Amino acid sequence: MLEILGKTNFDFMGKRKMAFLFSGIMVLLGIVAVIQIARGAANLGIDFAGGTAVQLKFEQALRIDEARKALEGNGLGNAEIQEFGQDNKLLVRVKASTTIEEKTAERVMAVFAKEFPTNKFVVDSTTEIGPTIGKKLQEDALVAVVISFIGIILYIWVRFEWRFGVAAALATFHDVLAVLGAFYVLDKEITLLVVTALLTLAGYSLTDTVVVFDRIRENLRQRRRESEEATINGAVNQVLSRTIVTSLTVVLVLIPLTMAGGEVLHDFSLALLWGVIFGTYSSVFVASPLLLLWPGASGRLIKRS
Amino acid sequence: MKKVGGRFALLAFVLVLSVVFFVPSYKPLYQSLPDWARKVLPDKGITLGLDLQGGIHMVMEVDEDRAVEIAVERSVSSLQDLLVDKKIPAESVKRTGATQITIQFSNQELKPQVQKLLEDYPTFLEEDSAGSATTVVWNLRETEITRIKDSAINQALETIRNRIDQFGVSEPLVQRQGPKQIVVQLPGVKEPKRAKDLIKETALLEFKMLDEENQLKMDFPVRIPKEKEAETLAQFAPKVPEGDQILFERVVERETGQEFRVPYLVKKRVMLTGDVLSDARVSIGQFNDPYVSIMFDSKGGREFERITGENVKKRMAVVLDNTIYSAPVIQERISGGRAQITGTFSTQEANDLSIVLRAGALPAPLKIIQDLTVGPSLGQDSIDKGVQATLFAGLLVVLFMIVYYRLAGAIADFALVLNLVCLLGALSALNATLTLPGIAGIVLTIGMGVDSNVLIFERIREELRQGKVVRLAVDGGYNKALLTIIDSHVTTLITGVALFLFGTGPIKGFAVTLCLGIAINLFTALVGTKVIFDVLNQRPKVETLSI
Repeated sequence: MLEILGKTNFDFMGKRKMAFLFSGIMVLLGIVAVIQIARGAANLGIDFAGGTAVQLKFEQALRIDEARKALEGNGLGNAEIQEFGQDNKLLVRVKASTTIEEKTAERVMAVFAKEFPTNKFVVDSTTEIGPTIGKKLQEDALVAVVISFIGIILYIWVRFEWRFGVAAALATFHDVLAVLGAFYVLDKEITLLVVTALLTLAGYSLTDTVVVFDRIRENLRQRRRESEEATINGAVNQVLSRTIVTSLTVVLVLIPLTMAGGEVLHDFSLALLWGVIFGTYSSVFVASPLLLLWPGASGRLIKRS
Repeated sequence: MKKVGGRFALLAFVLVLSVVFFVPSYKPLYQSLPDWARKVLPDKGITLGLDLQGGIHMVMEVDEDRAVEIAVERSVSSLQDLLVDKKIPAESVKRTGATQITIQFSNQELKPQVQKLLEDYPTFLEEDSAGSATTVVWNLRETEITRIKDSAINQALETIRNRIDQFGVSEPLVQRQGPKQIVVQLPGVKEPKRAKDLIKETALLEFKMLDEENQLKMDFPVRIPKEKEAETLAQFAPKVPEGDQILFERVVERETGQEFRVPYLVKKRVMLTGDVLSDARVSIGQFNDPYVSIMFDSKGGREFERITGENVKKRMAVVLDNTIYSAPVIQERISGGRAQITGTFSTQEANDLSIVLRAGALPAPLKIIQDLTVGPSLGQDSIDKGVQATLFAGLLVVLFMIVYYRLAGAIADFALVLNLVCLLGALSALNATLTLPGIAGIVLTIGMGVDSNVLIFERIREELRQGKVVRLAVDGGYNKALLTIIDSHVTTLITGVALFLFGTGPIKGFAVTLCLGIAINLFTALVGTKVIFDVLNQRPKVETLSI
């Protein structure tokens, strides 16, 4: 029997103050990110903000500063440029303020055709999104987030008990906010795909939490003599190896996807990857200790069994 | 002894079913099958999303208010004709608001006569308060405004469909979305720009007479670069006489391909529009120059004959979307209902022009509010990278499971393959659209797919540690892990459903794969692996389990 961890007895609950401090900071960052998004000050993708994105694939390498200079020289100074090195690809984005009628995509192509006549390119993709659509996508994304959270809390509440539902929901919020905060701090673009990743990781991190909670519930029913803290700590130790193994399998999948899945999937997989790591951490260090903050209900749980 | 036959049969059935459904999705294999096999198999499989096969996804809005204005303008010009016919000397007939016509005349006694004309225009109402002794004001009825707006979008839909049919795209999608939006999806389009131009063009064909009397045209530059159009227009606009307008002819220099504009002073009055066309074809002239020959319907033919007859030796402009294509001198009365549109265009341009003329004009300009275009090269690139990453990820997980759980790991890997096959089969059966995030969804399913087995195996290990015999340990492991697995799957399913309901395009594709993956996962983990363990445990002496 190969085991990553044998029988462990870490004092997870004892570390909860430190964990809460760390998590508090991450959540705070996430909240700042949410406020900035609501104010329109965050780095929103053009699918939310409206605007134009053009991805070009050049025959020869093109230096990003040359590309920037060319665009600035032709009145497109507000464009953002991102390069995907090995393939000579450039992604040019021009945000909201312009309307779709201005044919920004064609202007961008014309600039490169004019400034670099010897370096031919093919157009990989163009995306133009009017501000009204962006608004609608924002609303839809928000509704999807709210609906899935309500659904999850209700389900956990029905399957476990109220405090488990709340703790699980808080831990999930924590994971989503932490990843969002990390994206914000690193000034990564928040696109529709990233939001999708956030929702998926919410579902995933909950899966993790449920595994731990399941065991806590089971042990709370059996061991009446121990203190609740000890019971919970024991339960977390018992399921520790499977929590780590299940996350590990997903991480194993996400690493190749992040590194070699192509530019479209990169941020998506990255968000999921961080999310899985935060999710594992939060199941152990956030969700479980949160139960301790709300101790009164344990008696009722035992009665129910 | 547990009965395993039934469950094995179920597994085999599901596996075969999945393969049957999947076969049409894998084109090279499907094409190589004999005819009878293709007849038995379903004919549709997974469709590749636009992000994978390249193509266009556009959302457009019909400018409804403009459609109403255009309708009112048409009434204005027909009213002008009617006034001339009835010999009523009106001073002016104008559209004075979005939905309003004002008729002015000098003689008060004409008023009853003018008012009587309303009988011919039942869609208008006379506004008593706004008129005076020498003016009559008509307003378009509210019901008519609604009707025009509604028919504008339907007509636009119809026209776009016609154009795309003639352009030749396989499996295009043109549909209405909400009250005033049109979604157009053209998968696999090779020339996105051309397709977009074709769709967007209003293609309003008009015949107008040049104003050859006014001296203003003497001041016009001979020709200007394309970019200077607005500048020139602004320069001369104040001097343009009432009832006239400046329009530009489009001229392309054959050698350099440069586009120029030639300004003309044109009478605003529309002699004839493209409504009366019955056909349009590309022909090649004597100097190998393509032109478009058009045919009028019988009413249009008679009308064209009358107009040309009345205007011999004058110049008539052929105007498409406010750009003059040519302005020939009418040599003689043209009967027979045929005419030509010449101009400096390439064969392809002539071809596209004939398409839009045949398909008819849009009732109003379209506004593109969303436009996603993916080139075919990026699509292939994405597939390659996505598939590579998926295979590599799958391999990592498979190896990890075998190393960590030995035989049990191999069983889980079998479940994983089963999972993948079923997922592809289910996606094919639903004719789902596979998008790039959808591929990510499949990859994620791989990762999460083994998780259920990990949960079960860890439980079995626990039972074994407690000293239970293998058979009981396996059963106990499955039973105890069951609820945990269901709980964890349902929570993910909830987010999947939310994403499906509120996601668009690629996100929906992701949601579909995720939801299906979870459901199939539950099946393969609880039925697929269990049945193998049960078979293993039927050996006479089972003392150890490789886990």
